[in-house]
Amino acid sequence: MGSKNHGVPFAGTKEQEKQLLEVIHSLKDQQGALMPIMQKAQDIYGYLPIEVQTIISDETGIPLEKIYGVATFYSQFALQPKGQYQISVCLGTACYVKGSGNIYSKISEILGIEDGECTPDGKFSLDSCRCVGACGLAPVLMINDEVFGRLTVDDVKGILEKY
Amino acid sequence: MFRSHVLVCGGTGCTSSGSAEIIKKLEEEVKKNGLENEVGVVRTGCFGLCALGPIMIVYPEATFYSMVKVEDIPEIVSEHLLKGRPVKRLLYDETVTETGVKSLGDTDFYKKQHRVALRNCGVINPENIEEYIGTNGYAALGKVLTEMTPDDVIQTLLDSGLRGRGGGGFPTGLKWKLAKGNDADQKYVCCNADEGDPGAFMDRSVLEGDPHAVLEAMAIAGYAIGASQGYIYVRAEYPIAVQRLQIAISQAREYGLLGKNIFESGFDFDIDLRLGAGAFVCGEETALMTSIEGNRGEPRPRPPFPAQKGLFGKPTILNNVETYANIPQIILNGAEWFASMGTEKSKGTKVFALGGKINNTGLVEIPMGTTLREVIEEIGGGIPNGKKFKAAQTGGPSGGCIPAEHFDIPIDYDNLISIGSMMGSGGLIVMDEDDCMVDIAKFFLEFTVDESCGKCTPCRIGTKRMLEILNKITDGQATMEDLDKLEELCYYIKENSLCGLGQTAPNPVLSTLKFFRKEYEAHILDKKCPAGVCKALLSYSIDPEKCRGCTLCSRVCPNNAITGTLKEPHVIDTTKCVKCGACMEKCRFGAISRK
Repeated sequence: MGSKNHGVPFAGTKEQEKQLLEVIHSLKDQQGALMPIMQKAQDIYGYLPIEVQTIISDETGIPLEKIYGVATFYSQFALQPKGQYQISVCLGTACYVKGSGNIYSKISEILGIEDGECTPDGKFSLDSCRCVGACGLAPVLMINDEVFGRLTVDDVKGILEKY
Repeated sequence: MFRSHVLVCGGTGCTSSGSAEIIKKLEEEVKKNGLENEVGVVRTGCFGLCALGPIMIVYPEATFYSMVKVEDIPEIVSEHLLKGRPVKRLLYDETVTETGVKSLGDTDFYKKQHRVALRNCGVINPENIEEYIGTNGYAALGKVLTEMTPDDVIQTLLDSGLRGRGGGGFPTGLKWKLAKGNDADQKYVCCNADEGDPGAFMDRSVLEGDPHAVLEAMAIAGYAIGASQGYIYVRAEYPIAVQRLQIAISQAREYGLLGKNIFESGFDFDIDLRLGAGAFVCGEETALMTSIEGNRGEPRPRPPFPAQKGLFGKPTILNNVETYANIPQIILNGAEWFASMGTEKSKGTKVFALGGKINNTGLVEIPMGTTLREVIEEIGGGIPNGKKFKAAQTGGPSGGCIPAEHFDIPIDYDNLISIGSMMGSGGLIVMDEDDCMVDIAKFFLEFTVDESCGKCTPCRIGTKRMLEILNKITDGQATMEDLDKLEELCYYIKENSLCGLGQTAPNPVLSTLKFFRKEYEAHILDKKCPAGVCKALLSYSIDPEKCRGCTLCSRVCPNNAITGTLKEPHVIDTTKCVKCGACMEKCRFGAISRK
C-alpha cells in the first residue's frame, strides 16, 4: 500500500502515552496479549506509527520486529494516519456484482487518491473493504460510521459534498 | 404483560438504513399515545429479509412493515397500535391480499425456510439473557451437566450427523471425540467468528441476534472435551456483534452460566473475546490459533491437528458460529430430530446469505437438499429487471459457480463438491446475463492475491501469476496457450499449497472454465466480452436511426470523443473514447450501444 504521507511527523501527546501505558500494564500478563494491546493502541492514536510500536516493545519486552510484523500483516492496523473522514467502499462480492467497483473508481477520481491514501489536507482517506455485511443495501460505502447504501455512481459527488 | 409487541430489526443491515432512529421515534410515539403499558418495543437481531430494511413486525399477528421511515411511525402507532388498523400502504406488498393481511410466516420468503440456527434471530432481544432463557436457553447446558456424560454428548453429535458449517464439512462429533481423547492439563474451545467470505454474513447475524446460543454451545463443548476456557475470535469489523457478545458474556457470568461451578456441577468454563484484525487467512484453523497467540496469522502444516496440539500447544477444538448455534437444539430435541432433516450425508439446515442480482437479498435457512431453483425463484423472488439467471456463486473465493444447467441440484456438501463448487460458509451470490464470468474469476483472484499470507510459494507466487494471465485475458492480449497455462497452474496450486486458502484459490477459475469456457475463448479469440463488462474489449457506438442530435452525450463526454451538430446524428471517435459509459447513461433515446 503506497501513501503520499510518508512525512507526517508523530504528534502523540503525554495523555495518549499515559493511556497506552495503562493499557499495556493491564493486559501484558495475558496469554497472546500483543494484538489486544495493538488494537487499543490504535484506538488511542488512530494509527500505529513506529514510535508507538517502540513503546509497546519497550514495555512488553516483545521484539520490535515482531510487532512490526504483526502490524503489517493485518489490514486493520494502519502505519499511516487516516483522514478526518474515512471512506470505505465495500468491494465484497455482493456489492461488486452490483457495481461498487465503479463507485470506488469515481471516488478515487474525485479525490485523487488511491487505496490506503489520504488527501493532502487530511480530510478524506480512502480504503476498499470486504463486506460490511449490509449486503441488502448493496452497493454500500461507509464514511466513518455512517453507511450509505443502494448507491449509484451519480450519488457519489453529493455524498462527498456533505462533508 | 403487553398486548402487543413491536419488533424492530437491529441487525447491521437495518441499522445501516436507520432502524435506531425508528426505535427511538417508536418509543416516543407509544408514550405519547399512552400505550407504554400495552405495547412493548423490542430491538431484535436480523429477520433475514435485509433487502426490505428497516423491518418492523407487530405481534401477535406478525404484521410485516418493510422499508419503514421515521415519518411513518406516528401513523403506524396511532392507526395500528392504538386503533388496530394496519397501515396497508406501508406493509410488505406480498402480505397484502384481497382477503386481508398475511402474516410473515406465510410469505414466499419465509414459507420454505426452516429456522434452527436462526430460530431466535428476529424473535428475542439479544441483549437480554432472560429472553434467551425464556425460549429454552441454557436448558441444553443444564441437561448436559446434570444428565449426560461427556461421551453421551459426543455420541449425540455423532448420531445427529452435524457437519462443520464453516465450509469444510468435517463431522463435528468426530472433532470433539478426537480432542477428548487427548489428555492434557489444559484444553481450549474456540469459536471461529472471523467470517471472511465477502458476501456472507450469517455468522454475524447469529452473533447479533442470538449470542447466548453460541456461548451455551461452547460451554457444552468445554464439558464434552474437558476444557475450561473458550475463545471467540470475531472480526473487529462487526462492532454490533462484538458489543452484543460482550453484553452476553457478562450477563452469563452474572447468572452463573459461565464461570466456576456451573449449575453446582463442579464444571468451570469461561469465555474471552479476541478481535480479528482483518486477515482472510485467519479463517483457517491453524492461522486463527496463531493469531490468538498474538502472532502474524500464518497457517502451519497439519499434523499435528489442533485436536492434538492447538492453541498455545494444547488440544483445541475450533467450530464455526453457525455450527455452535445448532448444538443446543440438537441436545434438547435429540439426534434423531436433527438427522431427520436434510439429505443422506448432509443433515440439518444451512443458512445462506443471498446476495447479488436477486430480489429478496438477505439471510435464509433451508433444509439441506433444497434445490437451487427453490432458493432463487421462490424464496429469493427471482432476478430483478426481468434479466436471465446466469450462475450462482457459492463458497466465496474458495468456491465456484453453479450454472443454469444445474438449477435443480439439491444443495448439500457432496453435490456442490461434485460440480466443482463448495458449500463454503454460505455466501450465495446470484449473477445474471450482465455479469462476465472471467471478470468474476478475476475479482476472486484479486482477493486471494491480496489475502495470501505469503508463507508458501505456490499460493504467494502462483495466484499472482494466475491473476496476471486473467488480466491479459480481460485486456484482450491473451492467447490460447495462456489459457492452457492458466489451467495447469490451477492444478499445481491446488496440490501444493500449504493451507485451505491456497488449495481452494483456483476453484473460481476452474469452475468458470468448466462451465463458461466459451466466454474465456470469446475474450481471447474474438477479443469480445459477451457480457459487456471488460472495458478494454468494449466499443461504444451511436445508432444514427435513434439519435435525435440532442447533444447531451457530447457534452458529458470527458474526452470530447463525440461530435455532431444539433438535431443531426452524433458519432463516437473510438480512438478517443475512454469507455466510461457516461454517454450511454445520459442518452434519453437508447441510441448508444456497447458491444
